[in-house]
Amino acid sequence: MNPLFECKNLVKRYGDATVVNDVSFQIAPGECLGVIGPNGAGKTTTLRMCLGLSSPESGSVHAFGLQMPQDALAIKARLGVVSQFDTLDPDFTCAENLMVFGRYFGMKKAEIAQRIPQLLEFAALTHKADAKPGQLSGGMKRRLSLARALINNPDVLLLDEPTTGLDPQARHLMWERLQQLLQQGKSILLTTHFMDEAERLCDRLLVLDHGQKIAEGTPRDLITQHLEPDVVEVFGNGAMALLDSPLRSLAQRVETSGETVFFYTVDAAPLLQALNAHAGLRTLHRPANLEDLFLKLTGRQIREEG
Amino acid sequence: MHNAFRFWPVFMRNLLVWRKLAIPSLVANIAEPLMWLVAFGYGMGALVGEVSLDGQKVPYILFLASGSICMSAMNAATFEALYSAFSRMHVQKTWDGIMNAPVNLDDIVLAELLWAAFKSLFTVTAILGVMLALGISYSPKLLVAWPVLLGVGITFSCLALIFNALAKGYDFFTYYFTLFLTPMMFLSGIFFPLEQLPPIVRSVSQWLPLTNAVDLVRPLFMDQWPDQALRHALVLLVYATIGFWVALALTRKRFRG
Repeated sequence: MNPLFECKNLVKRYGDATVVNDVSFQIAPGECLGVIGPNGAGKTTTLRMCLGLSSPESGSVHAFGLQMPQDALAIKARLGVVSQFDTLDPDFTCAENLMVFGRYFGMKKAEIAQRIPQLLEFAALTHKADAKPGQLSGGMKRRLSLARALINNPDVLLLDEPTTGLDPQARHLMWERLQQLLQQGKSILLTTHFMDEAERLCDRLLVLDHGQKIAEGTPRDLITQHLEPDVVEVFGNGAMALLDSPLRSLAQRVETSGETVFFYTVDAAPLLQALNAHAGLRTLHRPANLEDLFLKLTGRQIREEG
Repeated sequence: MHNAFRFWPVFMRNLLVWRKLAIPSLVANIAEPLMWLVAFGYGMGALVGEVSLDGQKVPYILFLASGSICMSAMNAATFEALYSAFSRMHVQKTWDGIMNAPVNLDDIVLAELLWAAFKSLFTVTAILGVMLALGISYSPKLLVAWPVLLGVGITFSCLALIFNALAKGYDFFTYYFTLFLTPMMFLSGIFFPLEQLPPIVRSVSQWLPLTNAVDLVRPLFMDQWPDQALRHALVLLVYATIGFWVALALTRKRFRG
C-alpha cells in the first residue's frame, strides 16, 4: 500500500547543532506510528517539519500525493494536530472552540454545528459544552484539543505527547479514544516518552536519539531483536556486590541503576536459584519490555535539555 | 475557501471574542479620549479661545477635537496590535493553534492588521458620535473623515505589528509608547499649532505619520478640503506599506525555526 504520509532524509540544524539528522519514515493507512526518544531527541522538531512550520535543511515531506511546503494548505486540510501544549482559546466555551476552529478549515457553520455534539461526546465533554477551558481539568483540555483536531475529519492525526501530565484515569480514557480512532481507519503519528503508551497503541515504533533514528520496528520485534527475553532486578543489601560474584556469568548482560542490578538473561531459572542463597536481597523477575529497550538504546543518563 | 480569504476566519475569531466584551471595552476605549477633550477643550479652550491656523481663527475645542480623533485612531490601533495581538501570539499561543489548520502565518498577520484597524474605526466612530452630540462640528465632510481615519488606523496597526514581532514581553511596548508615540503626540499639531515649534522640529514633524493624519482630518472637521491631500495620503501609504512589509518579515523570522 502507498504510504499516506512520508518523510525522507529530514535534516534540521540550529546554528552548529543538528537537531534532526537524516530521519525518514512512512505512515501507512490505518497505522499508528510511535516516535519515542528522550527529551531533546528531535521529536517535536520532526513534527513541526511535517506540518511545514519549520523548513528542513534537506529532505522532503510528502502526504496524500502532495508535497510540503508548496501544498501546505492542502495537506493541513487533511491533518489533525494536537500539539504538546494546549492552544485552546480561553475566551470561548468548548463548543465555541470547535466552531471557531472549524472555520479555519473553511467549513460552513451548519456543517460544523452538526459535528460539534458528536465530537463533544467523543471527548466525554458533552456536559462541559458551555464551559471555558479554564474550568476544565488537564485531561479534559487534552480531549478537547483532540476533538478540535478531529473537526475536519482528518485522515492522519499528528499527536505530540498527547498524555504528558495526565493522571492514569485520564490517560486510559485518552488511549481508549485513540484506539477508537484507529478502528475507524485513521492513521496516527504519536510522539511519547511513555513506553506503555507506545506498546499499547503503536503498530510500529521509531526510536530517535540526538536527532537520529536508532531503531525502527514493531514493539515485539524491537524487544526480541535487541534484548534478552527475561529480566531479573535485584536490590537490597549487598546487591552491588553481585557484580563481582560468579553469579554474573548466569546473565548475558548486566546493568546497574542506583542501587539496583538488572540481569538480562535468556534463562532466568538458574540465576533465580542461585539468588535464593543470598538472604536479604529482593528480586523481581519479569519479561523484558520496551522500557528496557529504550534505556538500552538511549542510555540511563538524565536528559534535561529541551 | 479561496486561499486569499484564509485571513477571514481569523478576523472573525477576534470579532467573536470582542463581541463578548464589546460594551466594557467601548467604555474603556472612548472614556479616556473624551476626558482629554472635555478637560482640555473646554478647560483650556476657555483660556485660549481661538487658535490661529493658516490665517483662520478656529475655536480651540474644534482644533483639539479634530486632532485628538487622529490620536484616538492611533492609540486604539496600537493597543490592539501590540498588547492584544501579543497576548494571542505569545501568551495564549492562539496563532500556533491556528497554524495547525490550513492558515498561513501571513494570513494571521493580515487578519491582526485588519482587526486592529477595525477596532480603531469602531472607537473613532463612537467618539465622532459623541462629538456630533456635543455639537463640536456638523461638517458634512466628516463622512470623508471617517474612511480617512480608517486609513490612519491601518497605518498605525502596521507600525505596531513591527514591535509586536520584536517583543519578548509586554514591557517592550513601553519603549514604543515613550520613545515614539508620546513625542509624536506633541509634535503633530494636536494640542497646539505647529507654528509654535522651531523650524527644525517642524521640518521633522512634517514627515511624521500623525502630522499627516491631522493635516488630512482637521480641514474636514472645518468643512474644508485639505491642502496637499495627495501628499499626506501618500506619506501614510508609504508608512503603512513599509510597516506591513517589515512586520511580516520580522514575524516570519520570529516563527521560523
